[in-house]
Amino acid sequence: MVGKRHGAIVGYAEWATERRYDGPRAFMLEQWMDLAAEALADAGLELGDVDGLVCGTLREASMFVPATVVEYLGQPVKFAEFVDLGGATGTGMLWRAAAAIELGLCDVVLCALPGRPIPSNPDPRDRPSPEARWLGSTSNAWGSPQAEFEVPFGHVAQNAGYAMIATHYEARFGSCETARAQITAQQRRSAALNPLASFYQKPVTVEDVLASPMIAEPLRLLEIVMPCAGGAAVVVASAEKARKTPHRPVHITGFGECLTIKTPTFAKDLAVTPVAEAAATAFARAGTTPGAMDLLALYDCYTITVLLTLEDAGFCPKGTGAAFLAERNLAFDGDFPVNTHGGQLGVGQPGLAGGLLQPIEAARQIMGRGEARQVAKADRALVTGTGGVMSEQVALILEGA
Amino acid sequence: MSDVLKAPLAPKKTPTSAPFWDGLAEGRVLLQQCEACNQWVFYPRPRCSHCLAPALLWKPVSGAATLTSWTHCPRPTAPPFEALAPQTLAVVTLQEGVRMSTFLLETADRPLTLGMALAPRFVPTEDDSAVLLAFAPA
Repeated sequence: MVGKRHGAIVGYAEWATERRYDGPRAFMLEQWMDLAAEALADAGLELGDVDGLVCGTLREASMFVPATVVEYLGQPVKFAEFVDLGGATGTGMLWRAAAAIELGLCDVVLCALPGRPIPSNPDPRDRPSPEARWLGSTSNAWGSPQAEFEVPFGHVAQNAGYAMIATHYEARFGSCETARAQITAQQRRSAALNPLASFYQKPVTVEDVLASPMIAEPLRLLEIVMPCAGGAAVVVASAEKARKTPHRPVHITGFGECLTIKTPTFAKDLAVTPVAEAAATAFARAGTTPGAMDLLALYDCYTITVLLTLEDAGFCPKGTGAAFLAERNLAFDGDFPVNTHGGQLGVGQPGLAGGLLQPIEAARQIMGRGEARQVAKADRALVTGTGGVMSEQVALILEGA
Repeated sequence: MSDVLKAPLAPKKTPTSAPFWDGLAEGRVLLQQCEACNQWVFYPRPRCSHCLAPALLWKPVSGAATLTSWTHCPRPTAPPFEALAPQTLAVVTLQEGVRMSTFLLETADRPLTLGMALAPRFVPTEDDSAVLLAFAPA
């Protein structure tokens, strides 16, 4: 039930994703400022209304990130957070903002994740190491368990870890190859109608997915997100403030978070993901159930992530995801709308900002701003975020006022 | 991966893990077991990750394991592994119950199955600073 105490998404900014960005380059702090201005304008609010701020990693600062952003924007706040949850950062930012509002700490919280390239540094000593390019989310710092027990074995970045989860799942429950290809194809149908998506007007078929190159068995190229440039921001406001904004407020009525491991090798069960705990907490907090959702916006770094999230969030029993998907259509005009913007598999992954695109799309649909891909009934949505290799997940329940 | 090989990257050893790597250099697999709760622990730590007791003892084990998951990677997972492509990366469960990230050798024409028995293989790094624990079908 939507109550007075729940924080609400009242506006957002989303930059079109670009595989090869050739626009003007700006530092992440500068991008933060642009995103803040766009999101506040969308919410009909001004900088002076902002009294809370949540940020993620910045290239320009490794410590004191919130204070650096606050000073740069020129707006003091009463609540600041720094979230480090990989792909779950965006959703993790939103529930922290909502919780701070519920506690009465603040009224208007800005959350932004820039994801465009920064200017290339003329000083070669100040550039990231070539190693950083292939390590991905794997730490090769001395003392990191990954530097010792993952990297030397070739277990680096994300592809192999997700493939490991998929292989283990299929060995126990049977092939989900066609169902995974269906996820990409049906999301790409929605992306084809999304002008902000890298794959706008570029649908693919199940056959196209199955014919794409094998990257890490059983995962193929079109089952893996494409890195690109972009950026996103969301304004979360108290119910009282939300009433004065131009769009239908989208209340964050439920949220849950769960972290279990960094490397899936150490997962208690490779086929069970932390979203089981996170979604159960979110549904209980909102007093609702999976069956009451009108649409889903599920973090989709890989196809297997969507399938496991559907099972673990309670839409179908463990091991039955492929059969469940075979009877459903995930496109915006299907019977079971999932990632109606195309998901990251259809939009592309603009770094950490990719994790804000899911909640933004759910809010857009609930606000009735879905345009060509508007879902007929959009009052309630489950949104998830996934960080690392199924290391940490966040679930949000969004409800229209 | 070829059967005669050296691993391109060396592990960044720490004082805590030294007994593990020293054991492998002698062709022995050593694991930590907690004196307080009897649980086995991997990777090496100063305290038990089941009960936090600072009571972990190094014990020799057989290195026998079963296959928990695997992925055949036609493309190298990172540039240093180019010479080793295609790699077969794996997650294995040792007899004592602990999991490890590793890679598989001697898998040609062997269908990989969940739970298949594996035996340890000792693979030196190119700089000869360490020996990695790999596995092959038993």
